[in-house]
Amino acid sequence: MVLSASDKTNVKGVFGKIGGQADAYGAEALERMFTTYPQTKTYFPHFDLAKGSAQVKGHGKKVAAALVEAANHIDDIAGALSKLSDLHAQKLRVDPVNFKLLGQCFLVVVASHNPALLTPEVHASLDKFLCAVGTVLTAKYR
Amino acid sequence: MVHWTAEEKALIAGLWGKVNVEECGAEALARLLIVYPWTQRFFSDFGNLSSPTAIIGNPKVRAHGKKVLTSFGDAIKNLDNLKVTYSKLSELHCDKLHVDPENFRLLGDILIIVLAAHFTKDFTPACQATWQKLVGLVAHALARKYH
Repeated sequence: MVLSASDKTNVKGVFGKIGGQADAYGAEALERMFTTYPQTKTYFPHFDLAKGSAQVKGHGKKVAAALVEAANHIDDIAGALSKLSDLHAQKLRVDPVNFKLLGQCFLVVVASHNPALLTPEVHASLDKFLCAVGTVLTAKYR
Repeated sequence: MVHWTAEEKALIAGLWGKVNVEECGAEALARLLIVYPWTQRFFSDFGNLSSPTAIIGNPKVRAHGKKVLTSFGDAIKNLDNLKVTYSKLSELHCDKLHVDPENFRLLGDILIIVLAAHFTKDFTPACQATWQKLVGLVAHALARKYH
């Protein structure tokens, strides 16, 4: 799977439009993921996962920052997320299936806050981008 | 045996009552074909699927999308009996249409995004969770008769 030039433009456009709300989007994506796919909570036994949790907000900010970083270095996502990739392989070891789940929830957040932004073409590009990020983060697992 | 809480049933019925089945179905199928282009393999007789614009405007896509989502409406009327409701359709998708059940999951996820875009803030996390449960169960029911 390769990101075309128009995919890259579309993705940068999305994050440009989202701007400072990225942190909130990250938190909401996590909240939706924990509600929709309860098995994902198993990775956060040390977190307060109640609605409005400061820990979830903080973690959402981290997730968003990583996505923004990847979008800003979209020609070399593997390079941009190399340290995160190491972290996921060596320490976190989140099962690869869960990146799709979070990706789905992020798309839902974008769709529900910005329906006009998520045209079918942008939807396709963003979905590809989120897949690419998941692939990078699990690339060193074995 | 699937269990639906009263709240889940209310979230499903409440949203479904406001869905334009024709528009929503058309959009969901079009997005499936655009976002996951390999799904076009099942629709070689649909004519022009060469671009997102062509897909969105394709009358066969619209008609089939409406058909698919209308069938979804049957699920909603029979939440406690999805297996029986989809038994024949499951056989059809296996024996005649030869559709990998993964495609049902893909369409389900796309439908969720279409609903999110349509209902915006009303598509709460609880709403999403309920509807993801529903699309997952429909996908499962459609795959049940595969052999």
